[in-house]
Amino acid sequence: MDLSQSRTRQAIITLGLLSGALILFTGAVGMIAAFHEREVVNDFITLGQLVLLITPFIFGYTAANRLGMTGESPTSVIGGGIIIGLLTTLPTTLLLLFNSDEFRFLLDWSLRLAPFVVATAIAWRLHRQNVETFTLIGSWLLAAVLIGIVTFSLALIFEVKGELRSVLVNINRDWVEVVTFDNRKDLMRGIFVFSLASAVAGFVGSLCYYVPRTPRRAMFYGLSVTLLVGAFGETVRLVLQENLERDTLNQLFRRDTLRQNAALGLLVVSTVIGYLWAAFGDRARQGFQNLGGQQRQTTQMIGTVLFVAVLLMLPWLIGRTLSDVAVTIGLFVLMGLGLNIAIGLAGLLDLGYVTNYAVGAYILAVMTSIGPLGLMKGTFSFWMVIPIALLAAMFAGFIFAVPVLRMRGDYLAIATLGFGEIIGKLAISDWLKPLIGGAQGVQAIPKPIFLGTELRNPEQLYYIVLVACLVTLFVSIRLNNSRTGRQWMAIREDEDVATAMGIDTARAKLLAFTLSAATGGVAGAIFAAKVGSVFPNSFTVFISINVLSLIIVGGIASNPGIVVGAVVLIGLPELLREFSDFRFLLYGALLIMMMINRPQGLIPTKIVTHEMRAGVKAKVAAGD
Amino acid sequence: MLHMFKWKTDEFSWVDFTIDVLRILIVLAIVVGSWNTLSEGRISFAQWVNLFIAGLSQGSIYALIALGYTLVYGILLMINFAHGEVFMAGAFSTVFLAEALNRTGFLNQSPVLAILLMILFAGLVSMTVAILLERIAYRPLRGSPRLVPLITAIGASFFLQYTFRGLYGSGFKAYPQVKILQGALQIGSINIPTVQIFVFVSALVLMFGLYWLVERSRIGKAMRAVSENKEVARLMGIDIDWVILFTFGVGGFLAGSAGVINGMFRPQGVNFFMGFIPGIKAFTAAVLGGIGNIPGAMLGGLFLGVIEAIGPNLVLAGLGIPGANQLKDVIAFTMLVLVLIFRPQGILGERLSEKKA
Amino acid sequence: MAGKPKRRQNKILVATGMTKRFSGLVAVDNLDFYIPEGSIASIIGPNGAGKTTFFNCITGFYQIDEGELIFDGNRIDGRSPDQITRSGIARTFQNIRLFNNMSAIENIMVGQEPHLKSTWLGSILGLPSTRREDDDTEERGRELLQFVGLEGKGDMISKNLSYGDQRRLEIGRALASKPKLILLDEPTAGMNPRETIETTGFIRRLRDELGITVVLIEHDMRVVMDISEHITVLDYGRKIAEGLPEEIQNNPDVIEAYLGRGAAASAGKSLAS
Repeated sequence: MDLSQSRTRQAIITLGLLSGALILFTGAVGMIAAFHEREVVNDFITLGQLVLLITPFIFGYTAANRLGMTGESPTSVIGGGIIIGLLTTLPTTLLLLFNSDEFRFLLDWSLRLAPFVVATAIAWRLHRQNVETFTLIGSWLLAAVLIGIVTFSLALIFEVKGELRSVLVNINRDWVEVVTFDNRKDLMRGIFVFSLASAVAGFVGSLCYYVPRTPRRAMFYGLSVTLLVGAFGETVRLVLQENLERDTLNQLFRRDTLRQNAALGLLVVSTVIGYLWAAFGDRARQGFQNLGGQQRQTTQMIGTVLFVAVLLMLPWLIGRTLSDVAVTIGLFVLMGLGLNIAIGLAGLLDLGYVTNYAVGAYILAVMTSIGPLGLMKGTFSFWMVIPIALLAAMFAGFIFAVPVLRMRGDYLAIATLGFGEIIGKLAISDWLKPLIGGAQGVQAIPKPIFLGTELRNPEQLYYIVLVACLVTLFVSIRLNNSRTGRQWMAIREDEDVATAMGIDTARAKLLAFTLSAATGGVAGAIFAAKVGSVFPNSFTVFISINVLSLIIVGGIASNPGIVVGAVVLIGLPELLREFSDFRFLLYGALLIMMMINRPQGLIPTKIVTHEMRAGVKAKVAAGD
Repeated sequence: MLHMFKWKTDEFSWVDFTIDVLRILIVLAIVVGSWNTLSEGRISFAQWVNLFIAGLSQGSIYALIALGYTLVYGILLMINFAHGEVFMAGAFSTVFLAEALNRTGFLNQSPVLAILLMILFAGLVSMTVAILLERIAYRPLRGSPRLVPLITAIGASFFLQYTFRGLYGSGFKAYPQVKILQGALQIGSINIPTVQIFVFVSALVLMFGLYWLVERSRIGKAMRAVSENKEVARLMGIDIDWVILFTFGVGGFLAGSAGVINGMFRPQGVNFFMGFIPGIKAFTAAVLGGIGNIPGAMLGGLFLGVIEAIGPNLVLAGLGIPGANQLKDVIAFTMLVLVLIFRPQGILGERLSEKKA
Repeated sequence: MAGKPKRRQNKILVATGMTKRFSGLVAVDNLDFYIPEGSIASIIGPNGAGKTTFFNCITGFYQIDEGELIFDGNRIDGRSPDQITRSGIARTFQNIRLFNNMSAIENIMVGQEPHLKSTWLGSILGLPSTRREDDDTEERGRELLQFVGLEGKGDMISKNLSYGDQRRLEIGRALASKPKLILLDEPTAGMNPRETIETTGFIRRLRDELGITVVLIEHDMRVVMDISEHITVLDYGRKIAEGLPEEIQNNPDVIEAYLGRGAAASAGKSLAS
């Protein structure tokens, strides 16, 4: 009983501090203040406040789940939720105090005391492990001195700099404003409100554990739908604008944010639908499974037809602004499908994918531009240059692939990254300036003309991207289920054995690189035509990382995964401008989390799941 | 002897052929470029020596970062791609300390002490980042397929960059000037800036310290044991997790101190993206010297620094390429690719890398 | 000596002066040997004698430093592993190396690579010839699965197969390339006596039914003496004996290599029995 209690306490404290660290971190990098700019429900809650509340809520619910499972009493579960809520505010509260004028002395004192306290804690831990006294004193001294150096330096910095803000740029007024729930003037009151709100969120989170499953799921559906619609209010409004009267729209939205009544209505409706789904969804799924082969095929056919129809109609459904976003997403889907041939099918981690994108874009730019750098001055149309760009990218892919064919996986990744950087530097150099314009790039690229109409709008360009994506999808599915696909799979699994099976691995890898490059080239060419100009700044390592991330997040080698990955990773920052500053921060965190918790991706394929989970056992068995 | 001239029975391999052509082209470019430059005689001997010394001091910074790659690789056989960001963390954080020390006047009153404090502070900051990185991101992935930790490291790299951008802002911040490092040493017609001597000497001191740590101390012995064979080391009672953590810590400390030294050396200042390119270059240096090989990383760093300083002026300028110094990075990355193609075991090609590769 | 081995058959594989060094260490030292066509031959020797290195040299995994290798009348040293497989040598590995996450049938289909002709362009366009070849490949794969006794397990992920099944699948994969010569690296390692007897019978079938020359590395002396018609003994990368099983059993050099100089005289019988 005693053990279980101390374990409970530890779990609560760990989760609470984790949640607190998250809030502190998001605040310190400026996310909370930036998200505060976006209202989720008009005059009610902003995205920043939502982050502050939803974190203790989720952690409270998680803790309740974990504790409830081990048979803790309701009081300790719900008490745990409240404590987590309070702990969530602790780090941020401390920083608020450090940041204020009245309590600045707290910072000074903690910096002074920290070396002694931390060193003693470390020594105490060593003492518990029965370390000899001499070593103990030595470690205490060493720890105290090292930490002392850091805290002394920090104290010096803050002393000279004055405000925290002159070092940590995002610990500013806006941040204080958000975390105190608009009580910047009266800090104590602000901290109280913050703690109270957070404790309530934690409490509600832990309470949810006791709600029966069906209504709980309904509630979660309802809340997430409402909050998502609220957060993406601008987007939703743009979609509705195409289909609704202005007056109706104004009743639902105030500028870009959901009105309170509308939010409430949406919450009710989506909760009811969620309830129906939670109650009868399983039965519906069961019914589908029980359908005969014929009927099931028909149902699936209808689904596919509907999906294709939506894809074809999309630009009309969502309007111009969102079509533009759709084209961007489509370009990344295209690149994702292309890079997936190298990474997913053949297992070649290519980090220089931007090379192909740049080659395609510059080829199109130079060949069709009617500006001073254009070589042909309008004699070549977009449609004629697309195959040329494709071939050029294939050729570039080929040239860059040959040297890396013999390299081991991780060296290959770094070498291709090096190629990407080389191309970037060359594009901006004086050397190639007469050809491709250096930092000024190439301008005046005409839009594609189809049957006499100039495809100027994103709604029209969308179809070019769609066709390119479908062709690539077709090619990659066909190849995956072919002899070539099996060769790639074998190489991915064990290159030595693949060679021993008579596979010319160099040739197979080269094919993967070249085909993958071709797709990148087409994407680059379409991009150049869309934008109308090409600058070296558009072709940085970030493109490669973007594409890599969407493949990893969606699921390696999984085509639906790539589409979902692109929509989430590319669409989200485009639609939610507040996100775009933190895009790579989130990508990085996502890559790490995916690799640790779900390396097979959101929508995995079977074989990759096996591979990624293979882990130690296979390696040991192979015993080199 | 006759065996050496045996008739090759293998079929024509066009991969080999392409690589051979590449080899010949590169040698040709180097020869022609150097010949042109040297016969024109635009650059005097003293200028060459200056370039060489500047290259050495830049190279010693690469060497310090490269040690982190090599130490980690030696133990985990993993490329810690985020190591460049560990370097950035120390350099970027210490800018504030340097400003504070400068404002109080301490930096110019007793520069040695102030710089020492800065190096320690940066080292400790980077060390903390490296240790957290290992503990949170890499430890759960031990034993998974090789590309999994590499992808994680790439993620960590961008995560760290943008975390520091969020914390300290996106602008460049310059280290204050230190008076005693402003001058130059005059030897005949050769003029060596003091700051370059400072960089070189402090890097040497740090490297010597590391060498002592690895070769002489008890933890160093444990590190070598773990890198030889983890299982046996575990049976001998070595705490592997602690040794790995320590290795990351040491690598981080060196990277952080390199960050400060680099900051004093480069007037354009530091920002959140400063670690990316030096990170790749230091990796190049580590591979050049044979990854996993400590003296190799030091030599590889110096070598890369010198190549990077001399290469554009000697080869590219000789080939008539305008703005050759813009292409410094291109030289370095080309170097990276060439080493990986032609000599992945590095110049000092250690047994270890051959065996475990 | 009971007499010279009979050399009525052709030699399918001949090596002269084969040498492989690893930075100073000579793993295979100036080796001359041959394998009679249509025989079951064994390579034996104590641990670290260079047996697996020997296999790796033949299959092109290692490039030999000196000497020459002639297979079926052609020089094969200097060729890459895939070229050697295409010329008719297949192998298995000491520690089973299947494509672990692929299904059994896919493993066998990859094994058929040397005989496939379809191209990637054909697959994209879905040419009839390509489709036909794909179907044939799968059908032949099922037949081979049946031959190695894995009927009905074709769609299992190969790492989920039992140990014995994995061994058989690996041999099946090697057979898929229709080799003239198959190299088996310890095919009975880790098997119980019953499985060992089954495997021995299976190896005989390879030769008798499919006409493939078999070379095996084996530790189990009963298996070796039971099925081999030709034995080569290696020690420290050198050949110390060669011949028929009964010749090898009584060869003092072999006994010495296995048991050390002192024990040689007394332990001779135990090896023979």
